[in-house]
Amino acid sequence: MIPSTSTPSERTHQALAPLLTIENLSKTFGGLTALSHVDLDVFPGQIHGLLGENGSGKSTLIKILSGFYTPDAGARAFLRGAPITLPIAPGYFRQLGISFVHQDLGLVPELSVVENLRISSIVAGRGPLINWKKEQAKAAETFARFGLNIDPRETVDRLGDTDRALIAILRAVSELGDHRSLLVLDEPTVFLPKEDTDLLFRVVKELVADGGMSALLVSHDMTEVLEHTDRVTVLRAGEVQAHLNTADTTDDQLVQLIVGRTLRPTKQSTPNSPDTHHAGAVARVDDLVTGHVDGLSFDVAAGEIVGLTGLAGSGFEDALAGIYGAAETTGQLTVRGTRTSLADASPRASLKAGIVYVPADRKTQGGVGELTVEQNVTLPVIGKFRSWFGLNAAGLSRRADEIAESYDIRPRNPGALFSTLSGGNQQKAVLGKWLQDDPQLILLQEPTQGVDIGARSIIFDLLRATAAGGVPIICASSDYDQLAAVCDRVIVLAHGRPHAELTGADLTHEAIAASVITSLTETPALLKESVS
Amino acid sequence: MTTTTAPASTTDAAPGTPAGPAMPGKSGRPALPARSFWLHTERYALLIAWLAVIVVFSIALPNTFFTLGNLQNVLGSQAVLLILALGLLFPLTAGEFDLSVASTLSMSSMTVAVLNAQFGLPLLPSLAAALVVGLAVGLINGVLVVVFKIDSFIVTLGSATVMLGLVQWMSNSSSVTGIDSALVQATVGFRGILGMPLQFFYGLVAAAIILVILTSTPIGRRLLFVGRGRQVAELSGLNVNRLRIGAFVGSGLVASIAGIVYAGSLGGADPSSGQSFLLPAFAACYLGATAIVPGRFNAVGTFIAVFFLFTGVVGLQMLGAQSFVQQLFYGGALIVAVALSQAIRRQSAKAPK
Repeated sequence: MIPSTSTPSERTHQALAPLLTIENLSKTFGGLTALSHVDLDVFPGQIHGLLGENGSGKSTLIKILSGFYTPDAGARAFLRGAPITLPIAPGYFRQLGISFVHQDLGLVPELSVVENLRISSIVAGRGPLINWKKEQAKAAETFARFGLNIDPRETVDRLGDTDRALIAILRAVSELGDHRSLLVLDEPTVFLPKEDTDLLFRVVKELVADGGMSALLVSHDMTEVLEHTDRVTVLRAGEVQAHLNTADTTDDQLVQLIVGRTLRPTKQSTPNSPDTHHAGAVARVDDLVTGHVDGLSFDVAAGEIVGLTGLAGSGFEDALAGIYGAAETTGQLTVRGTRTSLADASPRASLKAGIVYVPADRKTQGGVGELTVEQNVTLPVIGKFRSWFGLNAAGLSRRADEIAESYDIRPRNPGALFSTLSGGNQQKAVLGKWLQDDPQLILLQEPTQGVDIGARSIIFDLLRATAAGGVPIICASSDYDQLAAVCDRVIVLAHGRPHAELTGADLTHEAIAASVITSLTETPALLKESVS
Repeated sequence: MTTTTAPASTTDAAPGTPAGPAMPGKSGRPALPARSFWLHTERYALLIAWLAVIVVFSIALPNTFFTLGNLQNVLGSQAVLLILALGLLFPLTAGEFDLSVASTLSMSSMTVAVLNAQFGLPLLPSLAAALVVGLAVGLINGVLVVVFKIDSFIVTLGSATVMLGLVQWMSNSSSVTGIDSALVQATVGFRGILGMPLQFFYGLVAAAIILVILTSTPIGRRLLFVGRGRQVAELSGLNVNRLRIGAFVGSGLVASIAGIVYAGSLGGADPSSGQSFLLPAFAACYLGATAIVPGRFNAVGTFIAVFFLFTGVVGLQMLGAQSFVQQLFYGGALIVAVALSQAIRRQSAKAPK
């Protein structure tokens, strides 16, 4: 353990000098640049926001700090003026006094609060017996100091999301002991309601103020960054766009920096207004409540591709599983005049009605890697291939060949194990698995996640061709390029409800991104502007 | 997040099919070099091992081991274990454990013995009652696992012990003899064909039926998906819960058939000896999963494994080993088989990546 360097006298001195300095940080993967000549100063006692959309390089930067990635040569980093050896060895961040809280929080739900707080020392197995009484008292004291009402003996799975996030943060700081420099918050608030984020940041501010440390807040959410940070750095496509004092910054300025060009949505209609009831709608969702979705209604015309998007936690990720009946849901679904209650929906019933759901996770939901492509793609239709003996093997193999051919699955070998295909080809196989049987409504969850560029454009073509055949398609995604490329209309969700709807000339990466990152501002700036 | 994954696609594609502008893929199935040779060896390794064991013991013991009588003994005496193990393939394929099969077997054979020998019920209704017992046990196991969401390991461990108690109660903790000799005749008495008892052919038929169910019916394919990718199966519209219950009913029914054969081969039933089949049945299933279709529970592999294991035991005992060698052999085989299956699964999962 390096002894603590934050004596009070030094601390005042450090108010002028940055706590963490990063210079000329670049990272390339193959030929792709994730970070390019990034400079960053984080000052002591401050909450520093790191803002940018998906793929802007935020997570790459964080993963370099945690030692997961090796930066390109030429980068330098300093902590309290002392150079840090790059790459940072895995796990060495603890010696530097850096601690991370990720979106998944890393808590063990079945264990108690106090056990979770002490988890690293339990895992490391160091130290003598743990005095649980003492630990409980210590935890209770900490909670009391921050005005939190959490029982240290409670198991974590009985706590709300906010308490869990708070415990993860308190744990991250306490694990550093007296040697504290930087708390990295990697979107720990995405599932929290607004009031609770305020509480959480109050705690972070107190920790930062009395611990002689700083916090680096990674976020997609502009509003959160504007309200709770002292300074902010905006990344776009791996490059720093600006370092700003938050107090001198406006929404509009940030949106432009994050998104790039000042392309603005020309019109954003509020969803649920009468004009969203399109003539010729063949599918309609009413009052959908599931996961983080809290009341969503929209319709889809024949051959239309509707996109759902939003910030993480806005509900766009949960909507489709709900509509398909794979999650607890209420609401109604109408497909070609047949209205069903979503409370009774199940994947089985949905499939019977011709509703198909292509999940995002190919490995655990789309297909089974240890089985062959043929076995995977024919699973939904296997009951239709019978012979006197059992399975009509020739028919199945013909069907698999057809799917491999029309979805261009390479290698063209349906006998190959699913796991041996590349991500793009797995996704083509999964699409073929679901689209083979004339679906009436197609639900796509992140259809090109982790798919190479060639396969991506093939998948886009497939989707447009399928829609052109008259099938309504709903596509939930946080990939704005993909939404811009395939959708006829995009609905942006915020707090589980529709926030904005984009069509026509507004279906650009920039406009969608701008709408999403402003989606949590109480009165959407852009909407206000376009109305006036 | 295409940035990090894009490079992978070029390495993933098989030789001759780069991600870019492609050659027409129809040209056929790309060769999987080296791997397929290894796979073939792997596939028949257990069979080869069995033959090797036979050769070694035949050389060592030409007068006792390498005889027609011994061949008939080895092949003709394992029907109960074989049938029991084959039934176990249903839950194992569906990703569930059934530790109650041996108790179901005991309960089934005791049901036949008590009803037929003690209560004087004719043979056929007694057999039907035994089958009902097996079905009921499977159904109860399945419902407890699925509806109450209890781990199958725990449920069947509990139900196995409950049944053991019931069997002792039914039998007054002692053997029951005097079953209708027709059953004895139908299992071990008549040796018309190749000098083999009929029960050998029952095992053969059971293996054929279960082979077909598992590999060539929609049910078999669905069970496989339930076992290997439960979420995939659910999202693909399979009735996962019904399939899981069905797997337990299948193993219960087949275990009760094994129990009937056991009762026939003993001419009665005893309350405890059935338990000794549990571990060998699991060993045979897991060892079988390393052969024929490596990495998957399969009927042919199980068939070979049962005889491979018993051949080894017989040979060792003929060499003068004491009877405890059986325990060592079966227990060791289970561990080795599981270790091998894990290695195979890991190997096929990483594939040419």
